[in-house]
Amino acid sequence: MEKGRTRVDLFEYQARDLFAKHGVPVLAGEVIDTPEAAREATERLGGKSVVKAQVKVGGRGKAGGVKLAATPDEAVARATDILGMDIKGHTVHKVMIAETAPEIAEEYYVSYLLDRTNRTFLAMASVAGGMDIEEVAATTPEKLAKVPVDANDGVSIEKAREIVAQAKFPAEVAEQVAEVMVTLWKTFIAEDALLVEVNPLAKVADGRVIALDGKVSLDANADFRQPEHEALEDKDSANPLEAAAKAKGLNYVKLDGQVGIIGNGAGLVMSTLDVVAYAGEKHDGVKPANFLDIGGGASAEVMADGLEIILGDPDVKSVFVNVFGGITACDEVAKGIVQALELLKSKGEDVNKPLVVRLDGNNAELGRKILSDANHPLVQRVDTMDGAADKAAELAAAK
Amino acid sequence: MAIFLTKDSKVIVQGMTGATGMKHTKLMLADGTNIVGGVNPRKAGTSVDFDGTEVPVFGSVAEAMEKTGADVTVVFVPPAFAKAAVVEAIDAEIGLAVVITEGIAVHDSAAFWAYAGSKGNKTRIIGPNCPGLITPGQSNAGIIPGDITKPGRIGLVSKSGTLTYQMMYELRDIGFSSAVGIGGDPVIGTTHIDALAAFEADPETDLIVMIGEIGGDAEERAADFIKANVTKPVVGYVAGFTAPEGKTMGHAGAIVSGSSGTAQAKKEALEAAGVKVGKTPSETARLARAALAG
Repeated sequence: MEKGRTRVDLFEYQARDLFAKHGVPVLAGEVIDTPEAAREATERLGGKSVVKAQVKVGGRGKAGGVKLAATPDEAVARATDILGMDIKGHTVHKVMIAETAPEIAEEYYVSYLLDRTNRTFLAMASVAGGMDIEEVAATTPEKLAKVPVDANDGVSIEKAREIVAQAKFPAEVAEQVAEVMVTLWKTFIAEDALLVEVNPLAKVADGRVIALDGKVSLDANADFRQPEHEALEDKDSANPLEAAAKAKGLNYVKLDGQVGIIGNGAGLVMSTLDVVAYAGEKHDGVKPANFLDIGGGASAEVMADGLEIILGDPDVKSVFVNVFGGITACDEVAKGIVQALELLKSKGEDVNKPLVVRLDGNNAELGRKILSDANHPLVQRVDTMDGAADKAAELAAAK
Repeated sequence: MAIFLTKDSKVIVQGMTGATGMKHTKLMLADGTNIVGGVNPRKAGTSVDFDGTEVPVFGSVAEAMEKTGADVTVVFVPPAFAKAAVVEAIDAEIGLAVVITEGIAVHDSAAFWAYAGSKGNKTRIIGPNCPGLITPGQSNAGIIPGDITKPGRIGLVSKSGTLTYQMMYELRDIGFSSAVGIGGDPVIGTTHIDALAAFEADPETDLIVMIGEIGGDAEERAADFIKANVTKPVVGYVAGFTAPEGKTMGHAGAIVSGSSGTAQAKKEALEAAGVKVGKTPSETARLARAALAG
């Protein structure tokens, strides 16, 4: 199975499309990535529009990422301003050209999410929408209804009415909001979502209730039954090293330090990052450059793929290979390292960064002997995790 | 004594005839596990030879239980079919289902967890996405290597597989009563708290080592539980102090979001409950030795 991506956060326009697909009321809108395309899109909407930056971060309105356009020309001008804008470190690559909302009378909040603590799903609803819901939860918790939803029972219209009643929605919108809760639940289930959130859910001047903005996060573990989800992943903003690792099926996260890390098992690799960061405190403050879990039974090929990614990171000054042989035998891992270095050399790659290798557990003695016999000039063996982390940090600091 | 699994446990394997199931059934048998059957409706009535041990294949969990008295199932079936396999185990009311499968959709694990509850929680679920549990010298239900350590006085509960192995290795001369890998997914069956309660009640366990990692609030709740209910010494370790916000670190559940789920918060909560928390696995092992020495 593919590893390394378990939660996929969507852009607003993608959330809007999924809402529309499952019957949640939304305004018309389409996504574009050139200013000129804003003209036709605005014409299709009757000559005026809202130009909305598509970034996965809150506060874009305040940052100037949402602008009204009264004419198609104005839409082009606003799209020109917004495309390429930096919002809290996120570059705007796309804008949504949306239908202008009728005058907003009230703003609400509704969502479904996974409640890890109680191992169930949770409906959340509030009449105090339009603002950061974490702030509502912190300052006026009585305004946020939280209703557990049984994964097998789901949300019927009766259950939806119960949620709406608990959140004390005004009578004139209660039934409409309940219907939104049912269609939003359909979105949550049908799309294998981890979060579906509408904020604000607006009551507009003509009395309708419409989802004006929303967030959706999908569960990548469900991709086997969600063939359309792959297309929703944001390939433009991905770090190139992360993209390359993903293409090889590696579980890799780029970090901002200098010591490249390879290990087996998510927990051990997380622990390795910590131990290297502590060691770095004594060596010019060097830090881990990445998270890379090669998983169980690492073959020479997987090892080579991992080493190739890490050695290709210009930030990396040294590499720490930290393996505890559980089911995996350390002699196999050692062979993998030796073969990986030969493989990279035969591919013409200039491998010149020192590797510190720590092997423990199943067949560790054999593995250590293989490394000693190979006597590769770049490879050093250190037999404890703490000692090896210290050596890797020292080597990174010396470069 | 031990928790959840002993030499008397009769174990079946769902997904035994797949490549992973075959490999680990062989290893479990080598560790002394009493494996009484496999489950695969398409191969019911056949049997598989594991180095001279014939293991029969049954059509369902219920049939395997009826014919063998099985009380533990280890689930290796692929993610797409895992929910059905666990639901089948719950319907058969087997006592313990150890779900090794990695990559199960959260909607599926939430569904089988809710289903177990609606059936009165007659089936203890461990996992998913976990290495299982071992009672050294008696039985092994999962993929924890059986040769790291020996029977002893330490009870171990951990979210992470390899850190479980690492800690068992660091303390291999002392030995373990049982070691339980509960998994790093957002929805899991058996929690730190369940294992802590069982180790507290187990007369053969003198010390509990608890390994956590970033994400969720399970460690914080375990700390509250320890304060109120655990009299035995507990030593803790939390992985992920340097993990950045918003990045999933391998395990689906290992993510810091905002200020919640950080390793620092978990460490502080555990220390406030009297748990000694190591900064590294080796320091944690030293703390465990010191605690046992009294």
